[in-house]
Amino acid sequence: MTVHASLPDTALDPAPLLSVAGVSRFYGERVGCKDVSFDLWPGEVLGIVGESGSGKSTLLRCLAGIDQPDAGEVLFRGLDTPLDIYSVPEQERRRLMRTAWGIVHQNPRDGLRMDVSAGGNVGERLMDRGDRHYGQIRERALDWLSRVEISGSRIDDRPRQFSGGMQQRLQIARVLVSEPRLVFMDEPTGGLDVSVQAKLLDLLRVLVRDLGLAAIIVTHDLAVARLLTDRLMVMKDGHVVEQGLTDQVLDDPHHAYTQLLTSAVLSV
Amino acid sequence: MTMHQALPGDDTHSVDSTRPAYNYAYLDEQTKRMIRRALLKAVAVPGYQVPFGSREMPLARGWGTGGIQVTAAIIGPDDTLKVIDQGADDTTNAVSIRRFFEKTADARTTEATEQATIIQTRHRIPEAPLTAGQIMVYQVPQPEPLRKLEPREAETRKMHAWAEYGLMQVKLYENIARFGEVTTTYDYPVMINGRYIMAPSPIPKFDNPKMHMSPALQLFGAGREKRIYALPPHTSVRSLDFEDHPFRIQSWTQPCALCAASDSYLDEVVIDDQGSRMFVCSDSHHCETRRADGHRGTMLGDATASGLVEESKS
Repeated sequence: MTVHASLPDTALDPAPLLSVAGVSRFYGERVGCKDVSFDLWPGEVLGIVGESGSGKSTLLRCLAGIDQPDAGEVLFRGLDTPLDIYSVPEQERRRLMRTAWGIVHQNPRDGLRMDVSAGGNVGERLMDRGDRHYGQIRERALDWLSRVEISGSRIDDRPRQFSGGMQQRLQIARVLVSEPRLVFMDEPTGGLDVSVQAKLLDLLRVLVRDLGLAAIIVTHDLAVARLLTDRLMVMKDGHVVEQGLTDQVLDDPHHAYTQLLTSAVLSV
Repeated sequence: MTMHQALPGDDTHSVDSTRPAYNYAYLDEQTKRMIRRALLKAVAVPGYQVPFGSREMPLARGWGTGGIQVTAAIIGPDDTLKVIDQGADDTTNAVSIRRFFEKTADARTTEATEQATIIQTRHRIPEAPLTAGQIMVYQVPQPEPLRKLEPREAETRKMHAWAEYGLMQVKLYENIARFGEVTTTYDYPVMINGRYIMAPSPIPKFDNPKMHMSPALQLFGAGREKRIYALPPHTSVRSLDFEDHPFRIQSWTQPCALCAASDSYLDEVVIDDQGSRMFVCSDSHHCETRRADGHRGTMLGDATASGLVEESKS
């Protein structure tokens, strides 16, 4: 089957956006994540699931250029030339993180400037890349606030005056305003109540589909994974134990741990 | 000068009543050399903050120790020193610093901007245009323009190194969003030579344009924060702004009440309990010069009219 399926694929989409090969990170004796390899194509949403401590966030931090992995390489093809992100200087990597990439943190406090207004938060990436027209920056900020369903009248309020769900949405607007090719999300719905979670997921789904973003989402919530992701990677003790299409993995789990994981979901 | 200078081969350890307890210009020669090295580096990389080993001075940090150390490192017996504080030559700090260098460096001092070779300042650039060969020495409380936005020193150094200056613009954005215009009126961030963002020390933004392409050498010393930076002559200095909110300097609706100058930086002075006020030049020497030239503001008292003094023959 793979032979037949892969032929039209390669013709359609010659190169993956992100190629990860053998990424490992150790904390002394302990394994953070070991020998993780995968490809991510443009417009694809990849989920990484697993229990707490299975190395999901470690892997994400390595992929996103926050922590240097001990081995392996991360190749990004979103620019004109493929870029091994750990072979370029930190300066280059930081520029990448500000423009072509976006990182949505689990805790909005890590991703937002809490004493800068919502408009300033959204506009920062625009000003980073050199926009110097106040009116246009503000217009873009207003546009993005409305896209994440924050009322334009709150553009001059500080994030600390926002609710948790609004802070998370503001963080998403702040990241997406620079039109990144690739977004990393670490538990984007963590710490939110179910109805707010549902709204946020809805929003994320629409944005990801509309903008054709590639995204890597780390979550321990299988429902989130099913809703948002195309492909799923299951991690345990720092290793990838199973990967495949989301529905396939969730409905027909092969690995014993995945079976345990899917059967542990509470259904109400 | 030799009176203060400890000669290299001088091995007389006997108590010499003619020898003072300090070196020429107060600092020891090693320290002055260290500061000069920092100054050379600062001039070579305009706007870059060079760390230096700031010394204890006989006054509290934050009172101009950075400026005094820079002045001490560059002053020589041929120099004429002018010191201003908030534009005035006769404020306590200015008088004390002048006397300090008169005592320790045998320096000639002056109040006339044109005659000075070194002008140490806090908060102002003199109104009279600076000329080639003059050196401005600024006292700087906070050399890091990004400090209030990014508290981590390691991070601000990276931002400077890689010219990641979007954050500075965010600060201006916040000003406009909240108040309709950029409300930063002093220590207004400037871009030096198209490369480094620099804190111009707490001078009013009125003075920012005077730094642009100035023929004088401008040195900045921050004693408490242990940083020196510099602006060589004829260097471009651009005040940050937005395309649709261009940089503007302060303006006043009335001229100086004493000398009628309409193009100088004015201080507002409350003059009675009813809230009446007058606006006078903050540069006291500039104001006096204009008055001596016959310019008269509306509130300039006439001492000769009172009959208490004789008419001056100036």
